[in-house]
Amino acid sequence: MKTSSDSMPVRKISTGIPTFDVIAKGGLPANRTTLVSGTAGSGKTVFATQFLAAGIGEGANGVFVTFEESAPDIRANMRSFGWDLARWEKEGKLAFVDASPDPHVETVEAGAFDLGALLARVEHAVKKVGAKRVSVDSLGAVFSQFSDQSTVRRELFRISAALKSMGVTAMMSAERTSDYGPVARLGVEEFIADNVIILRNVLDDEKRRRTIEILKFRGTDHQKGEYPFTIVEDGGIVVIPLSAIQLRQASSNVRVSSGIKELDAMCGGGFFRDSVILVSGATGTGKTLTVTQFLKGGADRGERCLLLAFEESREQLFRNATGWGTDFEKMEKDGLLKVVCNYPDVQGLEDWLLTIRRLIDEFKPKRVALDSLSALERSGTSRAFREFVIGLTSFIKHEEITGLFTSTTESLMGGSSITEAHISTLTDSIILLRYVEMLGEMKRGLTVLKMRGSMHDKRIREFTIDAKGMHLGDPFHNVSGILAGAPVHVNDPESGESGHS
Amino acid sequence: MNEPAANKYLLKLYVTGTSSRTAQAIENLRRICDQELEGRYELEIVDVLEQPQAAEDDRILATPTLIKQLPPPLRRVIGDLSDREKVLLGLELRPLDHPARNLADQ
Repeated sequence: MKTSSDSMPVRKISTGIPTFDVIAKGGLPANRTTLVSGTAGSGKTVFATQFLAAGIGEGANGVFVTFEESAPDIRANMRSFGWDLARWEKEGKLAFVDASPDPHVETVEAGAFDLGALLARVEHAVKKVGAKRVSVDSLGAVFSQFSDQSTVRRELFRISAALKSMGVTAMMSAERTSDYGPVARLGVEEFIADNVIILRNVLDDEKRRRTIEILKFRGTDHQKGEYPFTIVEDGGIVVIPLSAIQLRQASSNVRVSSGIKELDAMCGGGFFRDSVILVSGATGTGKTLTVTQFLKGGADRGERCLLLAFEESREQLFRNATGWGTDFEKMEKDGLLKVVCNYPDVQGLEDWLLTIRRLIDEFKPKRVALDSLSALERSGTSRAFREFVIGLTSFIKHEEITGLFTSTTESLMGGSSITEAHISTLTDSIILLRYVEMLGEMKRGLTVLKMRGSMHDKRIREFTIDAKGMHLGDPFHNVSGILAGAPVHVNDPESGESGHS
Repeated sequence: MNEPAANKYLLKLYVTGTSSRTAQAIENLRRICDQELEGRYELEIVDVLEQPQAAEDDRILATPTLIKQLPPPLRRVIGDLSDREKVLLGLELRPLDHPARNLADQ
């Protein structure tokens, strides 16, 4: 019975954490036990419950064996995630084995013992509800209830073997003392070593960062490395999709207008629909204007547009737009614009990603503008920021949306922003806005630095701003060094366009 | 404390099947009770394989587990009950043996 599984591919079952199932290439190995190890507060109990909830959702009943928190505590705590354990118990879909310590009863050990009663209770519960899934949370707590540790270890091994012969898929959680160190305390990995998942909750540069990693799945494939996740109300653990979703991107050749006719021409006919454009420039060079024109360009064609603003207030944005001849209020009334203004620091980047995805799911925009990425960059580590941008760009492309993000350069005259350096490879197009000092006068210049998959105008064009918006004029002649921030006049007209490229 | 004679001991012993450990625990318990609680105890033996729900209700993990239901307070003794002193301690039969005798003498 056991050896026959060698020739069969390992079947997997959903954990209820959609993107984790992608990483796990299907979910947890069926009819086996997986160790889920993590430090205190890393989300082990949530994982345990979510795994059972996913099963119940598809008709596979479950048993929750709790060694740490009492069953009433778990019922209460898991309500906020939208899991009504008490109802499932009433409906015969879930059974608890409450093995949490009873503080009211004093216990003395007087001789050799086994955990026969616990095993009998687990078997009884599995039989009672016809369980296909069992969650055990958490192993460390059972050790603290008895002084004879080797007996506990041997008995847990026996229970783990019994679960296997019952044909259930089980997860057992265990504590770790540190996020990077031994897999688990107390040698529990000795008896459930085939499948190991690590949950981490690391303090990184003063910010909390949760990740999930599949350390091993014996005899079956999985994605490697740490994947960031967050824990949200009405949903539990949500893993942030990275490479897993990127694989499914289809690039389109459909073009959409930037809202500025001359810029469309520079880009070879407009932006690509499923692409992400980065607009980089110093403060006041016209980034928010470019955003405004981009949104107007969408609304003029009857497309819904979403603006995520992290720098300016709603009033300021609307006033600015009016000054450039764009009526945000009317666009909003027509249902073509949704403006979300917020402070970047109100939540972590993982949560921002989920918030933005939710907004996109609800509003279903064709265009999304984010002003600015630099403001968001400050609310996470550089690694978390990169993961945020990867997650957001993958999602936007997957939904066939055009995204326009802005980033602010530190220096007024040139150079690149930190944001840009971190994410330039992730965006399809980069547009630079620059101040250009010409004969004692400040002018503005725009250039398309990169346009993936298309020919584009590589010259630096001067532009002006008036009550109707942005107007692109002629390229700068006889000037070089604009992008570097040190324009130099060149007398020979032939070398006028020999600046950086 | 009341006089021990006024107290009836109500004991419950959880065991798993008819293993040698089960037999050992029952034998050890009978011997202790016959010596210390002659005629003053009632013992119920519960096999968790036959009555898992009872084990669930009493939240038993280990077998053998002896529960002293009466007199209060509720106490538990885990193991094959081979450690006589620990069993007596768990049943509160002579937790303060010498001081009690001293009190009785005075």
